[in-house]
Amino acid sequence: MSEKTYAGVTVNCNDEGYLTDFAQWNKEVGAAIAKEEGIEMTDKHWEVINYLQEQHKNGVPLSIRKVGKSGVVNIKELYKLFPGGPLKKSTKIAGIPKPVSCI
Amino acid sequence: MKKLLILGAGTSGTMMANHLRKKLPNNEWDITIVDKEKTHYYQPGFLFLPFDIYKSKQVKKSIDKFIPKGVNLVREQIDRINKDEDQVILQNGKTLSYDILIIATGTNIAPQEIEGMSGKYWHKDIFDFYTYRGAKNLRNKLREWKGGKLVVHICEMPIKCPVAPLEFAFLADSFFINKNMRDKVEITFVTPMDGAFTKPKASKELSYLLEEKNIKLVPNFNIERVDGENKKIIDYAEQEVDYDLLVTVPTNMGDELIERSGFGDDLNFVPTDKATLQTKVKENIFAIGDATNIPASKAGSVAHFEAEILTENIVRYIDGKELKNKFDGHANCFIETGHGKALLIDFNYTHEPVPGSFPLPGVGPLRLLKESYMNHMGKLAFRWIYWNMLIKGKHIPFVTPEMSTAGKEF
Ligand SMILES: Cc1cc2nc3c(=O)[nH]c(=O)nc-3n(C[C@H](O)[C@H](O)[C@H](O)COP(=O)(O)OP(=O)(O)OC[C@H]3O[C@@H](n4cnc5c(N)ncnc54)[C@H](O)[C@@H]3O)c2cc1C
Repeated sequence: MSEKTYAGVTVNCNDEGYLTDFAQWNKEVGAAIAKEEGIEMTDKHWEVINYLQEQHKNGVPLSIRKVGKSGVVNIKELYKLFPGGPLKKSTKIAGIPKPVSCI
Repeated sequence: MKKLLILGAGTSGTMMANHLRKKLPNNEWDITIVDKEKTHYYQPGFLFLPFDIYKSKQVKKSIDKFIPKGVNLVREQIDRINKDEDQVILQNGKTLSYDILIIATGTNIAPQEIEGMSGKYWHKDIFDFYTYRGAKNLRNKLREWKGGKLVVHICEMPIKCPVAPLEFAFLADSFFINKNMRDKVEITFVTPMDGAFTKPKASKELSYLLEEKNIKLVPNFNIERVDGENKKIIDYAEQEVDYDLLVTVPTNMGDELIERSGFGDDLNFVPTDKATLQTKVKENIFAIGDATNIPASKAGSVAHFEAEILTENIVRYIDGKELKNKFDGHANCFIETGHGKALLIDFNYTHEPVPGSFPLPGVGPLRLLKESYMNHMGKLAFRWIYWNMLIKGKHIPFVTPEMSTAGKEF
């Protein structure tokens, strides 16, 4: 557990830099995390982020194919938006946990 | 007479039939259970079948042996649920009406979801071990395989028994060592996750396993297609992994009857409240086990804990009482690591697997998140427990439906 400051907001993160409390997230925080990951956010990026946050709120496990079928983006586009680890990066920016298995 | 109908007589449905027949008076409640199969498979045994550790007859028994007296068993394919009429339509055109419905139809593999997977190379050099046929065909292949590149692969999450693929890789290492041909086999584990272990404590305690067993890891691999002719799997980032023998866990999906009924999610899982197990479809429809969309592991042990809580909630529902928000996602699984050893993990929605002792705090005799011979014996004993206690709905001593934090090192 550590504290980090994004866009003037102090947030709690786990060792890998994922927010541990979604209540601390806002769009500016998300944009600042994206910048750190080398991503400049566009409307399309935010659409994906909103979708992920919605799914997470409903307790739905996330997968690349699920996002691909969501109607928001196809998988190729998803890779273009978040190069080199689409779900890892997008969930981090969205302030939600990265997808995990049980161990 | 009121009617309670259970769809699916696998692990969960069978447990519910046993629990509820004891709770609901015979003269008030008629209980019926429907399944298309005549065989009840012990699916955890599918992990051992390919390596000739279990014989095929150890993993299957007749379904009707486990359905209690006073419960009607209907052997027929279920076509769909008509929730508005409180009716289930069978493939033979018959309808069954109900006052309360329990969906326990589990999950199936869907290799057709990945381009090139289920074609002419299926069960030739591409195998699953999540079905009886797959496990048996793979056993026959492994008996004569001369070695090469073995790739153990997960298509996408969620899958039932999420650690089974890793266990398969560990057991394969032992298997080839025992056959004196480990030097002829290269084992690679390919996963869409960012590691073989994804939780902090488990990663810390267990990362040595892959190295020790000389298993190569390819993480973050999201498969797009299989090139069966050139024996490659290819992902969306154009990563390629070559194989001679591909052992894959295809996409897991709920039964198509859920889709035909018009209320599943995109993988045909039933939207269900994760604490009460009542579905979000309708008040009188409940769901249990692999068929639900709850964020718990899809495992027999989880279904066992769910069954105790769902039984209580169904009785409360009948009595017009508020349902208990009691299910905490508790799972308790043995993980084979090969060479006669296993690990044990115990966790729930909010607590990741940690080291400690189980089931008696500080005593054990089982150790959590550590390899031991005792844990391996536990895994083998689980087959006996499954057939003789678990699906008959008997309580397993010292193990409560809600996870205990005592004796654990958080
Ligand atoms: C390789 C492997 C290893 C595993 N290892 C473990 C382990 O070590 N520990 C553990 O706890 N769990 C393990 N599991 C998971 C465990 O087997 C399942 O989680 C459990 O069986 C789920 O029970 P269920 O009743 O929800 O589904 P199932 O037991 O799959 O039952 C579903 C039933 O519904 C019937 N059905 C479905 N659709 C229809 C239809 N349309 N018409 C009629 N009938 C239908 C099916 O025929 C089936 O009998 C393992 C699974 C696999 C594949």
